[in-house]
Amino acid sequence: MIDRNFIGHEFPPVTVEAEKGRLRFFAKATGSTDPIYSDEEAARKAGYRALPAPPTFLFSLEMDRENPFDFLELLDIDIGKILHGEQLFTYHAPICAGDRITLKSKIADIYDKKGGALEFLVIDTEARNQDGAHVAGMRRSIVVRHG
Amino acid sequence: MTDIRTAEKGAVIGRLTTAPITRHTLALYCGASGDHNPIHVDIDFARAAGMPDVFAHGMLSMAYLGRLLTDLVPQTALRSFSTRFTSITQLGAAITCTAKLLERFKEGGEDRARLELSAVDQNNDVKLLGEAVVAYSN
Repeated sequence: MIDRNFIGHEFPPVTVEAEKGRLRFFAKATGSTDPIYSDEEAARKAGYRALPAPPTFLFSLEMDRENPFDFLELLDIDIGKILHGEQLFTYHAPICAGDRITLKSKIADIYDKKGGALEFLVIDTEARNQDGAHVAGMRRSIVVRHG
Repeated sequence: MTDIRTAEKGAVIGRLTTAPITRHTLALYCGASGDHNPIHVDIDFARAAGMPDVFAHGMLSMAYLGRLLTDLVPQTALRSFSTRFTSITQLGAAITCTAKLLERFKEGGEDRARLELSAVDQNNDVKLLGEAVVAYSN
């Protein structure tokens, strides 16, 4: 059982950069052919300051922390036992190449189902850019398989 | 493609199908996404964790759904986007993403539409179910 005392636990904020090359690589890896995600001129013509980060890229920014699975060590969870349960994004302003995004995450909930055979870990993240603007939020729900 | 402004409730307003997911797809997504969990790319690790083989990142299919959304509306019109990962996506899966209109409503001083999202494989097995709220102009 994951220690329920970790509900409310706040992780130290981290700042990561939305890198242009990574955004192009992400577009390629996800089969995107829309030029605004790989061609700076197309992005500017569409009204963006630089290449925009696509809708799910905030999850990848969070993965850019030095040790993105550190919460598993903290909570004593085996990485081989986790599955992604749910994912939610809310959008307030674009994240573009070159932006430095500060992520603040906390454990919103921990609960179990099926008599403890499955445990759920819910992590909320708030993203602010270099100007302090709240650009997006996300909620990630992780399933831990026991047995 | 049916217009969000005029579509009837329940109408399909967008659909796309991807090429089958290969080990190469997963290796590229592992690097590009920063999700380096070995269970998606290392068969030895996957087997030791009790899985028959590596399997796709749920977020890869969510990115495909994201592509469908940004084909339908400019990304700046996207207000929220959520999915549930209902089953594991296996190698070889060709994912079909579908968006249906659920409702149109006013919120935050603008016209918005709620879309129902699904991602299924070539056998019509549901992999992701979700919802998005987008703004549109009349």
